[in-house]
Amino acid sequence: MLEQIEGSSAVAKCIALSRPEVICAYPISPQTHIVEGCGKLVKSGKLKNCEFINVESEFGALSVAIGSSATGARTYTATASQGLLFMAEAVYNASGLGLPIVMTVGNRAIGAPINIWNDHTDSMSMRDAGWLQLFAETNQEAADLHIQAFKIAERLSMPVMVCMDGFILTHAYDRVDIPSQEKVDAYLPPFKPRQVLDPANPYSIGAMVGPEAFMEVRYLAHEKQQRALKIIPEIAKEFKDVFGRDSGGLIRNYKLEDAETIVVTLGSVAGTIKDVVDKMREQGKKIGVLSICSFRPFPKLEIRNALKNSKRTIVLEKSLAVGFGGVVANNVMMSMQGTGVHVYTVVAGLGGRPITQPSLEKMLEVAEKDKLDDLTFLDLERDVVERELKREHASEKSGPIAENILRDIAGLEEAKR
Amino acid sequence: MNKLDNKQRVKFYQKGTFTVGNRLVDKKARSVQASMERSNAITSGHRACQGCGEALGARYAIDTVMRVTNNKAIACNATGCLEVFTTPYPETSWQLPWIHSLFGNTPAVATGIAAALRVKGKKDVRVIAQGGDGGTTDIGFGCLSGMFERNDDVLYICYDNEAYMNTGVQRSSATPPTARTATTMPLGDAPGNVFGTGKSMPLIAIAHNIPYVATATVSNLHDLETKVEKAMTFRGARYIHIYVPCPLGWGHASDITIQLARLVVDCALFPLYEAEHGAITGSTPIRKRVPVEEYLRPQRRFAHLFKKGAIDTLRIAKIQKMADENIKRFNLLRKETESFDGVTGISLKESKYT
Repeated sequence: MLEQIEGSSAVAKCIALSRPEVICAYPISPQTHIVEGCGKLVKSGKLKNCEFINVESEFGALSVAIGSSATGARTYTATASQGLLFMAEAVYNASGLGLPIVMTVGNRAIGAPINIWNDHTDSMSMRDAGWLQLFAETNQEAADLHIQAFKIAERLSMPVMVCMDGFILTHAYDRVDIPSQEKVDAYLPPFKPRQVLDPANPYSIGAMVGPEAFMEVRYLAHEKQQRALKIIPEIAKEFKDVFGRDSGGLIRNYKLEDAETIVVTLGSVAGTIKDVVDKMREQGKKIGVLSICSFRPFPKLEIRNALKNSKRTIVLEKSLAVGFGGVVANNVMMSMQGTGVHVYTVVAGLGGRPITQPSLEKMLEVAEKDKLDDLTFLDLERDVVERELKREHASEKSGPIAENILRDIAGLEEAKR
Repeated sequence: MNKLDNKQRVKFYQKGTFTVGNRLVDKKARSVQASMERSNAITSGHRACQGCGEALGARYAIDTVMRVTNNKAIACNATGCLEVFTTPYPETSWQLPWIHSLFGNTPAVATGIAAALRVKGKKDVRVIAQGGDGGTTDIGFGCLSGMFERNDDVLYICYDNEAYMNTGVQRSSATPPTARTATTMPLGDAPGNVFGTGKSMPLIAIAHNIPYVATATVSNLHDLETKVEKAMTFRGARYIHIYVPCPLGWGHASDITIQLARLVVDCALFPLYEAEHGAITGSTPIRKRVPVEEYLRPQRRFAHLFKKGAIDTLRIAKIQKMADENIKRFNLLRKETESFDGVTGISLKESKYT
């Protein structure tokens, strides 16, 4: 049914339609509305046969999820930002144990400085943790991806992270088609755990593994992700067969056929970029967009095939590998080895900095002339940076950087000195 | 406290040991360990050190759980000695479903197992979580408090050997004052661990008003079994803190594990007590009181207190004072025949080691 609904509520409804048996909740912005929505559905009796547990931390949340998933219950939790870092040890553990937990990450920056707004630094910090990572472009897709995520996770016996942009998606009211319970039931079979703690068939889970077998266990985790490259499109197709719309899959291509310049990105910013592309195409510029849905596993071959005929590729990402450049760009560069396609990195939107159409347009015009720096920080206020560097050079006791800059941009005279 | 009736309690104590032979008690009250029917939940062949108190305590505790649940139990283990020495895969000692996730999340994993069992309607399957003192009082403390506070249906057992033994004997918040560990060196003006630190996990558990809390030791295995059995009669969060000497970490002969576990009770440094729903309901009186020296002297971790010609009477007296405080707090010197009349002067804010 079509609803004008907040992204978080739409996701909560789709979680409930997926019939989870255990939901762990711990508050952190911007994912709070999702678990609150789930809690309401449990307490009102609309979501039956489900335990809703308020835990003491994100580390606790994912640990409870590990216990319930290992006991054969379909399990869901959500987090963001600092919360994802706080549960990091359990993130690796859940995938190491091969438990098909589904978790939403309401993407948000990582502090310090503390910042509640959207970027992808949180999810990227866990890119090698063994979870599948699917990035939603719209609220419709965020809702749909959660239903798919349970199916993917359980088919592979691996956990899946559904990443949706904090506030931009989680808090935005948009038109979302919420499927019927009958259709979701037809699409998503009951959870059949690959391993389960059961007194009738006791075994040990989580034993120490030494050098004699560790490599093989890790390799098989990698192999599982390679298998996921086949399974994710299959499950997206099954989704289309039942629900009639395209959602998920590995990558989404937009006007790539004749594109000389291709922007690669992930998440909600793809919409803004597509608008810019439409406008620039009217001016005869051959630009396209490739939006990555599955960041883990990383669809190297699909991306390579999609980009190999372009003249240049610009990876626009909301994450920064400090001391190197782009996180996503690094993965794209690896995929493009030997093709001769130049890959530019544009870091944008950190900590919620708006990514505007004029800025994108300007950047693309420079890129088309191949005059873009290999690493560009979109809309970076260079003079603010220069003034802080000056302060640092002037005094060894120049004080905390973040606070200096806030004073500076507030126009306080002492800071400008 | 004890499953023996009063008549037997007076009659059958064996001279000098205060323990009761299995043959001398009612059939119903006998330890399962002597029976062919014991579940052997932690089967032999594991790699614990000779004289390991933890292996002994865990075997009795888990076998009791297995007996009272008709073998329908799931165990959840923190990282630590017990986890490592029982699962050198492809061998495993565990004859029940068992999971190890991390060092600090065991109570939360157990919560998840209990939640899954509840949602699946498997009321007959019970959950045990277990860890050492580091996993319980330090790194797992937050998750443990959360599990207590939510009153999740889990029995958590802490095997307390007063330091991080698996990593090579480092200080934990259960390490007693003056004890030598790898991180509390017996050097300087205050050799070993300092006074005025540490926490009492059982008292903290009691402060959560959970249905059942008990302390136990491997020198009185009947008592340990009784308490585990009693814990399993409750639903909700339960906590048992078992004192388990560690020959390797404490530097004592492996054949005096039981003796030390008895001396620590008899000198009152480790009081045995029970609590229900936030109130202490009973303690085990000391039958033959001994000075703390008798407990401290056989352990190399306290050797710096007993240097030839330079016995550290000051610090020994301070430890004795801690024992004396316990006697007052837990009413430990009352006569066997006197009933427990509550605890006087107990303050949950006071530290275990004042």
